Amino acid sequence: MVQQSVWQNAARPNSARQNAARHTTGKPPPGATGPEAPAMIFSMELLLNALIAGILLGGIYVAVTVGISISFGILDIVNIAHPAFIILGSYIAYTMNARFGVDPILIAIVMMPAFYVLGALVYEVYYHSFERRGTDALGGLAFFFGLLFITEVALVLTFGVDYRSVEAAYIGPTWRIGYLDFPLRMVVPCVVGLLMLVALQIFLSRTFTGRAIMAVSQDQLALRLMAADPIRIKRVAFGLSIATTSLAGAALIIIQPIEPSIGREYIGRVFAIAVLGGLGSLPGTVIGAMLLGIVESLTSTFYGPSWAPAVAFGLLLITLAVRPAGILGRR
Amino acid sequence: MSSFTLAAIVVAAVVFVLARMLENEYVFFAGYVVLQFIVLATAWNILGGYCGYVNFGSAAFFAVGAYSSVALYKAAPILPLPVLILIGGLVSGLIGLGVAYLTLRLRGVFFAIATLALAVVIQTLVINWTFVGGSRGAYIIRANELNVFGYELPYTQYLFLLMLGLVVAAIVTARAIERSRLGFGFATIRDDEQAAEACGVPTLRLKLIASTLSGAFMGMAGAPFPYYIGYIEPASAFNLLYAVNAIAMPMIGGTTSWIGPLIGAILLGTMQEVARVTISSVVGVLIVGVLLVVFVIIAPRGIVGLVREHLIARRKP
Repeated sequence: MVQQSVWQNAARPNSARQNAARHTTGKPPPGATGPEAPAMIFSMELLLNALIAGILLGGIYVAVTVGISISFGILDIVNIAHPAFIILGSYIAYTMNARFGVDPILIAIVMMPAFYVLGALVYEVYYHSFERRGTDALGGLAFFFGLLFITEVALVLTFGVDYRSVEAAYIGPTWRIGYLDFPLRMVVPCVVGLLMLVALQIFLSRTFTGRAIMAVSQDQLALRLMAADPIRIKRVAFGLSIATTSLAGAALIIIQPIEPSIGREYIGRVFAIAVLGGLGSLPGTVIGAMLLGIVESLTSTFYGPSWAPAVAFGLLLITLAVRPAGILGRR
Repeated sequence: MSSFTLAAIVVAAVVFVLARMLENEYVFFAGYVVLQFIVLATAWNILGGYCGYVNFGSAAFFAVGAYSSVALYKAAPILPLPVLILIGGLVSGLIGLGVAYLTLRLRGVFFAIATLALAVVIQTLVINWTFVGGSRGAYIIRANELNVFGYELPYTQYLFLLMLGLVVAAIVTARAIERSRLGFGFATIRDDEQAAEACGVPTLRLKLIASTLSGAFMGMAGAPFPYYIGYIEPASAFNLLYAVNAIAMPMIGGTTSWIGPLIGAILLGTMQEVARVTISSVVGVLIVGVLLVVFVIIAPRGIVGLVREHLIARRKP
């Protein structure tokens, strides 16, 4: 009797537990025609659902990485503090959501101009302290590392190290199509991330400023001849890259609870995606993000979630060793 | 034995005797942390300061040393601590060599990013490795006192003495590198790698040597750590604190010579111990982060650079 109820409870989402239950009873579950057939169906279902979860996760990774694709990929500024800004965005979304019950994504869109200004300010400091002085990569890296650390410690001092999460109507319900699950708390951030990427791609390829941003990495002198100030263009681009972290932060806190040091897990991920897809290519970012999302999802489904953080590093090392230019890279 | 090595040993002996004269165990307890930071900062500086390649994963190398001790403690409890330190250094050095070999052929930035990600990955491995306790951590049971050359020494003092020995070894090595062909090779990499390569400097080999040495000393600094705190778990061994301090101390002290990391580590290490007792350790760490950013913007050459400029300015008029 007890085994029976375990079987029924575990029937839908978790076939691993099902198998374990069957092992303990030592006989096939009720309703199965043979011992092998249902296992096949369920592992197929598990695989498909892991793939879907990976693609949805990939959409969120797009939101998280698109800023790095601009700052590191196009401007060649190694902003390792990027994930710290994302966590800052998460905490702003959390504060407003907890206090006024506003939708996190709405908050993020409202806060984007503030993040843009923050990014422009950081670039001003970076430019005057490091870029103008010449190729002092060591100082610039230490500067961003310091920013990452200060943000994290400041968040610990303000909010403590407890996990925080937000509430919204779409957190909880799941669309079911046949065997396939589409949890809305993954779908919404995924769509947001992809929309943000499309908007940025249109901006970069259609407007004068956008094209100037693409050009600034190639030839600054030619840009000057087109009557565009390379420093201003870079400031705009870096501001944009930080503005994306507002939305990415909101997307992140929708899919998982947040604590200040969680940003560190994303440093490896964002750079792995940016390098994997090809530096400076936004479509490459989508491919890299989806690939990482799927591999991580398959790893956590079949080997356990505690192994997932190692996947990004493995992919990054393989990419660097085999094809440093990335999948869609031009360099 | 050069006169510098002799002087370093004499200074270390004086420090130990003075610390004993205070007759307060806390001095050894706090002093150990400062000494550990001197080794970490000096080790970071061999690759970061001399060659100009930033390692963000000092915490990973430190933790590899610490966890190799834990693994050996579980597998062969009879091994004495100095042997564990050597083995910890060996393992960390090999990891330094591996990461460097995979990424240092590319732009230096990729090495920096890889070391950041390395910390996350090794932490994942340790969390999943139940033999050394996994995420629950592991206890190390140590003796209260130890017989060293006929003297009964409290264990904290023994650890302090060992770390003092490591400090001497690290600083003597760093200074020897500075004044050798190896050091000049490192400096050419820092100043202009392409020009160095064109002149026939074997840059890749030099970078591999620097990375291995640096990783080995970080591992040696971490190896006695489980014996120091008695209980180790991944979050404390992989604390970002070590990575930040390993960068901040040389950058604030000055990266071009062995004395910079020493000054930075003594100043920042003492400051953090004072802040831990008087305010809170988080505030102490925040101060380190702010100082790092302020120094790289305003005084990129660190305290040593500031003093040097001051001396030159005074000599001119």
